[in-house]
Amino acid sequence: MTFRQEMKKALLTSAWFVFLTFPILVIRVNTIENVIEWRWLNMMWIAAGSFILSLLWSFYFGRKTGDPGKKTEAFAPADKAGSLFRNPRFRMPALVLTALFATAFPFLFSVYQTSIMTTALMYVVLGLGLNIIVGLAGLLNLGYVAFYAVGAYSYALLHYHFGLGFWVVLPLGGLLATLFAILLGFPVLRLRGDYLAIVTLGFGEIVRLILENWNEFSFGPSGISNIPRPGLLGLDLNLDTATIYLYYLMIGLCLITIFVFGRIRDSRIGRALIALREDEIACQAMGIDKARTKLLAFALGSTWAGLMGVIFAAKTTFVNPASFTFLESAMILSIVVLGGMGSILGVVLGAFLLILLPEYLRAFSDYRMLLFGTTMVIMMIFRPQGIITGIRRTYQFRGGSIDGATAGK
Amino acid sequence: MERQQENKGETILEVRRLSMDFGGIRALEGIDLVVQTDQIMALIGPNGAGKTTFFNCITGFYEPTAGDIFIAPPGGKRKRINGLKVDRITSLGLARTFQNTRIFPNMTVLENVMIGRHCRSKAGVLGAVLRGRETLREEAEIVERSYEILAKMGLASRVNELAKNLPYGEARRLEIARAMATEPFLLMLDEPAAGMNPQETKELDDLILRLRSEEGISILLIEHDMRLVMSVSDHICVMDYGEKIAEGTPQEIRRSERVIKAYLGEDSDA
Amino acid sequence: MDYFLEIFLSGLTRGSIYALIALGYTMVYGIIELINFAHGEIYMIGAFTALIIASVLTTLGMSGPAVLILAGIVAVIYASAYGFTVEKIAYKPLRGASRLSPLISAIGMSIFLQNYVMLAQTSDFLPFPNLLPELPFLESTAHIMGSTDFIIIATTAVVMVALTLLIKFTRMGKAMRATAQDRNMAMLVGVNVNRVISATFIIGSALAAIGGVLIASHIGRINFYIGFIAGIKAFTAAVLGGIGSIPGAVLGGLVLGWTECFATGYVSSDYEDAFAFALLVLILILRPAGILGKASVQKV
Repeated sequence: MTFRQEMKKALLTSAWFVFLTFPILVIRVNTIENVIEWRWLNMMWIAAGSFILSLLWSFYFGRKTGDPGKKTEAFAPADKAGSLFRNPRFRMPALVLTALFATAFPFLFSVYQTSIMTTALMYVVLGLGLNIIVGLAGLLNLGYVAFYAVGAYSYALLHYHFGLGFWVVLPLGGLLATLFAILLGFPVLRLRGDYLAIVTLGFGEIVRLILENWNEFSFGPSGISNIPRPGLLGLDLNLDTATIYLYYLMIGLCLITIFVFGRIRDSRIGRALIALREDEIACQAMGIDKARTKLLAFALGSTWAGLMGVIFAAKTTFVNPASFTFLESAMILSIVVLGGMGSILGVVLGAFLLILLPEYLRAFSDYRMLLFGTTMVIMMIFRPQGIITGIRRTYQFRGGSIDGATAGK
Repeated sequence: MERQQENKGETILEVRRLSMDFGGIRALEGIDLVVQTDQIMALIGPNGAGKTTFFNCITGFYEPTAGDIFIAPPGGKRKRINGLKVDRITSLGLARTFQNTRIFPNMTVLENVMIGRHCRSKAGVLGAVLRGRETLREEAEIVERSYEILAKMGLASRVNELAKNLPYGEARRLEIARAMATEPFLLMLDEPAAGMNPQETKELDDLILRLRSEEGISILLIEHDMRLVMSVSDHICVMDYGEKIAEGTPQEIRRSERVIKAYLGEDSDA
Repeated sequence: MDYFLEIFLSGLTRGSIYALIALGYTMVYGIIELINFAHGEIYMIGAFTALIIASVLTTLGMSGPAVLILAGIVAVIYASAYGFTVEKIAYKPLRGASRLSPLISAIGMSIFLQNYVMLAQTSDFLPFPNLLPELPFLESTAHIMGSTDFIIIATTAVVMVALTLLIKFTRMGKAMRATAQDRNMAMLVGVNVNRVISATFIIGSALAAIGGVLIASHIGRINFYIGFIAGIKAFTAAVLGGIGSIPGAVLGGLVLGWTECFATGYVSSDYEDAFAFALLVLILILRPAGILGKASVQKV
């Protein structure tokens, strides 16, 4: 296309979006005082913004059709970061530095910052858990939050009724979430991908509705409060030390999750999960039990949600159904989508970006969900594999025998 | 391999009066078929004759409406496999490829074949996480066996490449390699030569013959390329409109009036 | 008996609305096999547009059915424009991608539109003026079926007939049916598939907007979130009837409407939304092809 045509197209697009957003973005009705606000400035923003975006869009797609090999050039820095991280000479120092920083974090920053960081770490674990289901096995689960709720309410209720402590409930919460996943999985995993998505969505909503309405069981919308924070050798911790303690606990859990995720991904089971994602029919023809493998993915992924649920209850000392809406599932999904299907580093980056960005850039926080939605669309169009591509393990062979068997993960 | 020699001529697959309906439409009508050890059997017929449906019935993707399918692994027990799940049938020793190649595009070539070893290994979640000695041994064995198979297929230089980057001919060979990794006694190939150039088809000839002689397995293939069919198979079964219309050696089929009529001259000169 | 009839009719009203929205799901699914998660948001945008236009017109001094008709028309135009644009941005670039990608994109679009309306307008419920006229001949039956119910049911019926005629007899309708059966084949015989897909989104969105205006007048308040729940329910209706089938969507909508109204009327109203979800889960497990759908054979 010539420059003139590009400009004309961008102008038309801009006009279209001005038209499209006119009633919603420009007019606002105050139905109480019966006055109408006209926000013409918004129109200007849309006109300018869509003009520029349209140019960028046609630039990208023009190049994509022109030379398919070059299409990911815009993401070259991310690819570089990924391969840099895989380079052992960079990897070790980077890991050591990260470890030092993570250890020192509570002493360098305020308790408030530590608490935010703990939240981000929780989302790393949640993201990795969901990544087993979505990223490895390719099952779109939109009700992940239900298992998070199972964990949180396990702790809240088991403590309320039986006085069970954090450390007893932590594994129990994980276990209960796993059980729930298996119970749900049995009937629904036969369904095709898109049906599965909507059934899990429905299931997530049912769980929330039950928590909201079954007062005798869950204390309804008002929730359960006074849940104790985790104790340390029977010591009573004050709020600050408890926060820091929880932070280190989360660092530990994060490391465990990363370790387990990595090992599963490069194992016989992990390969079966990926094969299931790649081609369900060929996967069965290779002797893999489809139903069992799906169930396994579901169970393995949901365990982490259960564990994090317990942590969540312990961190906020309060649970109610409002914490477990669909938007929570959507948030975790966007972490996986942004970070990279099947990638560990990707999910870590994704979680930090999507949790910390709205936290530190206050201007963002109102636009948080808008950001998540946009992330999903943009990533699917431009980079469906996420910012960090999940790299497959390679093997070296010399003269027919395996040499070392690992070249990198 | 010696085992094979002893059992020469034994029946390993027996299909009796197999019928398949799709909502009132009969796709297969009373098909009988017997495959023996060391045999290369070809299934031919015009498009829509029901050949792939027949494959899908045997490998468990469809549950046949009527009839029986028996398998008898060499030296093993005879077993009826109607209605068994796909993965179960594969682990009993029937492996297949697909008409429209179905490799796992985002896995490496080696991993594709390693998937084939899935049903011959058993490490579970705990094994994966703890990586005990047994798991490591099994894992090493999977890698080694898979590499061996790939080397035999001439794909050794490609092991670490993503499967989606393979050229078409190699992708088809990878699919056969992957099927071989499940240790079948009967390999079922659905149009292995489709889309191949004459050179690649020639190589496929050799590969199929070598699979029989070196691995000692039987092969059942659907194919339209008559040159390939006539040169490799020692028994041919012809299907048309869901029925078996002829069966015999390549020479007999070549002369059969009915077959020639069914094909209306198409390819019958070979 | 009156109670039963009242519930029956309110189920019919509610079911009609579900059917209007479900048609959009079913048509889109029939053609590109995608659950258009953003469809509920289109319905919500239709309702919002109608509210905004109606308010502007009222402050300008207009009143009566003219407001309703104008606001309705603008809402339909805008919803169609949104549906068209959503397809172009979020789905068209993903044709031929893996199955998961367009689904995730659709969810992203749905979340985006919800928050776009929330940020641009408000997160509170807004009162929606009742634009539907009172029909004098229904006065005697008002305790069972009010004018609103009657108008909703009548409008739905008219729209359904129009849609059926459109699909049966127009060129575009034929092209749609051809594309739904076999997209590649349709392309080969010269159907412009891109246009068919756009038309499908436009028609589906227009129907959703009609549903949005009707239900908003009926219930009397709206917020940015109404599309999410309505969307899932309408999707349930589509699946219930057999996704891809147009009479199925109507039947599914009605069945769902009745199920909800009878369940809340005779059992408990606490779990109103849960009934729909439970029905969805059950139907997908027991009969994924739906009431009117045909069980499809897995393609190998």
